[in-house]
Amino acid sequence: MTLPSTRPRYLASGVALFLIGFSLVVFAESISVADDSGVSVSFSNPPVRVISLLPSLTESVCALGKCSTLVGVDRFSNWPKSIKDLPKLGGMGDINIERIVQLKPDVVLLERASPVIARLNGLGIKIFALDIKSMSDEERALQKLDLVLGTSESARVWNKIQKEIVRASKQIPLSEKNIRVYFEVNPAPFAAGRSSFIGDILTRLGLVNIIPESVGPFPKINPEFVVQSKPDVILLAESTVADIQKRPGWSSIPAVMRNRICTFSTDQNDVLVRPGPRMGEAALIISQCIQEKMSSSR
Amino acid sequence: MQKNYFLAKLSGLLILSAMLLLLGTLLGSTGASWNEMGLDQTILFDIRLPRSLGAYFAGALLGLAGGIAQSLFRNPLADPYLLGSASGALLGVGSILCFAYLGDSWIELIGLNGGAFIGALIGVLASLLLAGGYRSSLRLLLSGVVISVILGAANSLFTFIRPDLFQSIQSFMLGNTTLLNWLGVEIMAMALAFCLLVALVISPTLDALSLGENTARSLGLPLDQLRLVLVGILALATGCAVAQTGLVAFVGLAAPHLVRKISGGRQRVQLLFSCLGGGILLLSSDLIARTLFAPLEIPVGIVTAVLGGLYLLILLRRAPFGGRS
Repeated sequence: MTLPSTRPRYLASGVALFLIGFSLVVFAESISVADDSGVSVSFSNPPVRVISLLPSLTESVCALGKCSTLVGVDRFSNWPKSIKDLPKLGGMGDINIERIVQLKPDVVLLERASPVIARLNGLGIKIFALDIKSMSDEERALQKLDLVLGTSESARVWNKIQKEIVRASKQIPLSEKNIRVYFEVNPAPFAAGRSSFIGDILTRLGLVNIIPESVGPFPKINPEFVVQSKPDVILLAESTVADIQKRPGWSSIPAVMRNRICTFSTDQNDVLVRPGPRMGEAALIISQCIQEKMSSSR
Repeated sequence: MQKNYFLAKLSGLLILSAMLLLLGTLLGSTGASWNEMGLDQTILFDIRLPRSLGAYFAGALLGLAGGIAQSLFRNPLADPYLLGSASGALLGVGSILCFAYLGDSWIELIGLNGGAFIGALIGVLASLLLAGGYRSSLRLLLSGVVISVILGAANSLFTFIRPDLFQSIQSFMLGNTTLLNWLGVEIMAMALAFCLLVALVISPTLDALSLGENTARSLGLPLDQLRLVLVGILALATGCAVAQTGLVAFVGLAAPHLVRKISGGRQRVQLLFSCLGGGILLLSSDLIARTLFAPLEIPVGIVTAVLGGLYLLILLRRAPFGGRS
């Protein structure tokens, strides 16, 4: 006669187990964070296998102290050095979907316009898309990554960036403020506009960007406009500096005449063109060069 | 009587060109500003004038090449980029950009313009070799298409390996008149003078060709040699234009059609007018590209395609059906 009495007992313990399990699921930190494309992504526990498909996001994850969770990065990610041996999963047009699936990531971090979003969604891989164009975008991205990764480091990282920028702006003496600068990101020529993160840095350093606000973050500019605007300093990548001298009329620009051209090596360029945690470092690179150029050619 | 009309039309086109050139020196990065007194001499004479002249000459070269191509292949869809010169030039620019990091003095010496020019000539040469000579227009045409595809694929491989070069290569693909200097203008002016002269001298061949290859042969023309000369002129003109301004779309195809109505069917007039028409089309496109959203610039190839395409559409709508001029 023991049989009938065991069944309710099993049932009761089963129900109890279910309730405990259910409450664990409910009360575990199941957080949901809205990414920059407006999709809210939920995590029951912080992801331990993370893939980043953008250098600036890789850098942000590492700055937040979660470098160890990265299991794969895109081809262009090259900082910090500790990620050097991680699997490279391709670049803009040739992201290796198969390898991503093999790596079984808990979340894939990528940019909002990435072409692989739909494909990864279809494969049931959790993605978190970010769209970073200005400095405040990066602050927001750091906060969101904090939530996703279960850390609370974003304030520290952000403060460090801010401190570095303040330090950089102090490097430029007050008498040198209101220097007119032109930052070229590509010899087509594309310029860094005021609404880009590079423009933000220039503004914070007290430099005057010759590109007006209205033309967007990275406009293709008429080179004649640069000649007319007479920038005091030109900033560009090392590889295009020889090209500058040959451009029609550019020898009349004060910056070219007095050789106030800041050139950046490939490594420095990586720091400058990535809206990530090294923006403070970027500000220091700029301010140091401007200080050197202005004091040497006075 | 006809002569007078020709002179009137010619002077009309020349006056239009001169007006556009004048406009080109007045319009700049600040939009239309006619009464700007403190305008820099540098900007006027070192930037705007070479840019406007350069755009005009490049357009003229492309127009001439387009006119020759369409008559030579007796195909209204032929354009200067047909014989593999476009993809060759693109590959030339791609390789120069790709190997620039080697810092080799040779690469520096050739530069982007030289690379594009050499690439364009190699493309045409490869088409000629693949066609096994220049005796058959059809074979030449087909091998040009094949070479374009192959060289285009090679170029895609370049951009795939070095995606960081994509923007530079794309700006070449869309046509770029922004950085024209006096040296480029001089080169193009010389090339234009030479090509136009030769083309005008041997244009009767094209008249004969328009009656069909066999008829032309039976007229006693040394057809094969003249065809080789024409292909050479085509390659030279295209190469020079492409080297300075990139692959500006549609000018070579549209220019001969734009002037066909007023040229009256004679090849000599048609080629001369194609030349002027191409220059006018490219220069006015450049003017629009730089003033529409100044100081922003639209790639000039986009404007030529829209402008030339619209005008061609209007011509198509107005022309009677089945009429071949």
